Amino acid sequence: MTDMQAERGDTSATLRINWSDPAIGARLARRKRRQFWLKGLGLAAISVAFAMLFILVGSLLSTGYQAFRQTHVAMEVRLDPAHIRADNPARGNFRAIVGEAVANLFPEIEDRADLRSATGIVSNGAQFIIRDRVVENPDLIGQTIRVEVPVSDNYDQLAKGLLDRDTPEEHRRLKDDEIARFDQLAEAGLISKPLNTALLTNADSRFPELAGLKGALLGSFYALMTCFLLAFPVGIGAAIYLEEFAPKNRISDLIEININNLAAVPSVVFGLLALAVFLGWFGLPRSAPFVGGMTLALMTLPTIIIATRAALKAVPPSIREAALGVGASRQQVVFGHVLPLAMPGILTGTIIGLAQALGETAPLLLIGMNAFITSAPETPFSSATALPTQIFIWADSPERGFVSRTSAAILVLLGFLIAMNALAIFLRSKFERKW
Amino acid sequence: MTLLAFVLLLAAATIGYVLNLRAAKAIRADGARLHSLTTFHGGFAALLVIVPAFFFIVLWLLLQGSVVDWLVMSGLPDRVLEGLGAGERQLVLAEIRSIAGGRVFGEPEPWKLEAAERMTGLRATAGWLMIAGLVGIMAAALVYARRTVSAEFRARQGVEGIVHWIMIACATAAIFVTLGIVVSLVFETWRFFRMVPVHEFLFGTNWEPQIPIREDQVAAVGAFGMLPVFLGTLVISVVAMFIATPIGLFSAIYLNEFATPRVRSVVKPVLEVLAGVPTVVYGFFAILVVAPALRAAGAELGIAIAPNTALAAGGVMGIMLVPFISSFADDALSAVPQSLRDGSLALGATPAETVTKVLFPAAIPGIVGGVLLAVSRAIGETMIVVMAAGLIAKMTINPLDSVTTVTVQIVTLLIGDTAFDNPKTLAAFALGMMLFLVTLGINIFALRIVRKYREIYD
Repeated sequence: MTDMQAERGDTSATLRINWSDPAIGARLARRKRRQFWLKGLGLAAISVAFAMLFILVGSLLSTGYQAFRQTHVAMEVRLDPAHIRADNPARGNFRAIVGEAVANLFPEIEDRADLRSATGIVSNGAQFIIRDRVVENPDLIGQTIRVEVPVSDNYDQLAKGLLDRDTPEEHRRLKDDEIARFDQLAEAGLISKPLNTALLTNADSRFPELAGLKGALLGSFYALMTCFLLAFPVGIGAAIYLEEFAPKNRISDLIEININNLAAVPSVVFGLLALAVFLGWFGLPRSAPFVGGMTLALMTLPTIIIATRAALKAVPPSIREAALGVGASRQQVVFGHVLPLAMPGILTGTIIGLAQALGETAPLLLIGMNAFITSAPETPFSSATALPTQIFIWADSPERGFVSRTSAAILVLLGFLIAMNALAIFLRSKFERKW
Repeated sequence: MTLLAFVLLLAAATIGYVLNLRAAKAIRADGARLHSLTTFHGGFAALLVIVPAFFFIVLWLLLQGSVVDWLVMSGLPDRVLEGLGAGERQLVLAEIRSIAGGRVFGEPEPWKLEAAERMTGLRATAGWLMIAGLVGIMAAALVYARRTVSAEFRARQGVEGIVHWIMIACATAAIFVTLGIVVSLVFETWRFFRMVPVHEFLFGTNWEPQIPIREDQVAAVGAFGMLPVFLGTLVISVVAMFIATPIGLFSAIYLNEFATPRVRSVVKPVLEVLAGVPTVVYGFFAILVVAPALRAAGAELGIAIAPNTALAAGGVMGIMLVPFISSFADDALSAVPQSLRDGSLALGATPAETVTKVLFPAAIPGIVGGVLLAVSRAIGETMIVVMAAGLIAKMTINPLDSVTTVTVQIVTLLIGDTAFDNPKTLAAFALGMMLFLVTLGINIFALRIVRKYREIYD
């Protein structure tokens, strides 16, 4: 006893510290400074990431919002029977009709070259818009109707203030007289900037003012449906087998390792697979959303399997034991009790997987879903683009008007992604059960 | 035709279900005790119809196109295909197909019109043959299923046996996908190596895949040395990791050790958003904002920066990888046992010292695993580099210069060209093979590190 006390006394003696020693204060300050720095670096790192996200979204919004409005010009169009035959209105000379309508807008212009340049204000698609109106209602032939048609890209940029009037004339895409003519129309109150519904109802076009996302949206929809119909049942089947029935042996291990690795294979490799197997060996059509959906299904499969297994694992064993106890077979237990309880988790995982698939671009490029297609697909087997590949095509296009269209298309894509993820979060919070 | 097939399939399955259900109910009504519930008898019939018929349809559809094409091509007059390469044959076939589809351009030769007519006829015949075969199979299945119904028949075991095998088939689908990747890559790569020697591909320092497509075209002969392409991939990945690793790590440390739960619950999901943005969006961001900004900055400082500098693509890719690294590092730090943290703090270490001297070393394997997985992502990332990096392969490690990557080359070599008979398109498969092997190697290595480390504390 006394020994121990003596010992303790000894140790306390050796650890006696002189707290007034300035070295201690300096050391403490240094340690606190380090703490401050580490914290500061962490905050800085987070701020950098936040700033980048902010710049990303900000730049998309600031360039994209312009594309949600389209400059239109109102014209009195006389549907001259000399140009359109009543028995075949679709084959009329609508180019001449538009030319005459523009000439009416500028009665003072005599020179043919000036007139041609004035016609450039109106989009190339104006003749088709008028044609569609006439085909729809052939009684209009011979009458004069008032139509609002899109102006061509350069004038659209001018109206939106994206074309700097102060740049010297030789560097500007519109000459002084062209701008003057446009201003004349604007003063006459013929220029309007309505909401650009064509962005969603038109298919792709070479002219930015006419280009829309309808084809891409339908293509993405078909591809995602195919992806869901293939990956969802197969993924759930695989997950149930692996989680509930598979014996613990080398084959099950192999399948598991395989699935984990498949989840990390670069997406472009799936594109190579689709190109060689689906298009090359099976001869499936190029650019078809169905083939795109099959490719995406291969990529989504691991995500769905992993999510489903996690959801199945979360169902407590007591449920299984209770069902087994009252005489259910193992499959009856799974399909009658475990699977319905795991469904919210499975659906959440599936929606997140589909959202990833919606943004996937590279494999779709390789199977040709970046083709230039001016009509919306009618079936999943006709050629189409998808939303991300459409973004890629537009980002590559040199016309100025496509910059804001690309941003707008991205905003539409992000909108879908946000909606899908919100749905997933809603499902999880609404139906998830804590056991 | 396909729609009709599936409607028939559904109808037959329903008929089988109802027939067997009724038969089983009739037996029960006679006073016999059934081994299985009546619905299992019905389900057995439905499954017996669906499974073989479904496989028949799928197999038929997969093979029909190639068989019809082959029949049409071999039925062409002898002289027209003489001296045509595989690519030109493909073009002929494509033209015949489009004529058969009702899209006639110009004035095709009469034999093409004839072939197109044959194709339409063959397709119709094939469709009816499929329906006939389908009806035969389903009728046989229905008859067989109906004859199984008896009081002793163990329908539940039958149904569960079929379902069991369906599930096994689903589980092996993943293996078939991997197998498909490996087989297709190996096959096309092997064809590539018959045209270009292996050593030239692996160790060549010159990548110029532009080859003459027509005889009279003036173009380079084509050089397929993959080293500059891989070097470019490396440069961009290094740039990306230089951005992603510190930002990811420091934010993980802050979130794990210093942030209040409230801050954490806000910051973490926002970081995850960065991972959810599609890569094509990052690519557009790189060419719209980052590359011009870098160029402007370079001009200010008097440094010449290429318009598609590796810095832009790599930097944006780094931003994309931040959440990836931070979530892995976060998991690794959280997995360090609380006792280590408490012990360090109890000895008087500041939280910062605890992190850097105790937690970080303990979490290193998990962090390294996460960083390696991010590296494999960076190597395999496609859209950002396709949009923002260069096309010309250079032996350079200067990140201000424009470099190209493996994925860029794969995409550019294959866009709009699918004739698999020239080294240019096949080179893409060889690159894909290398990409697959490298990323797979890194992934397996990284997952092993992560798993090994987890075992230490479990």
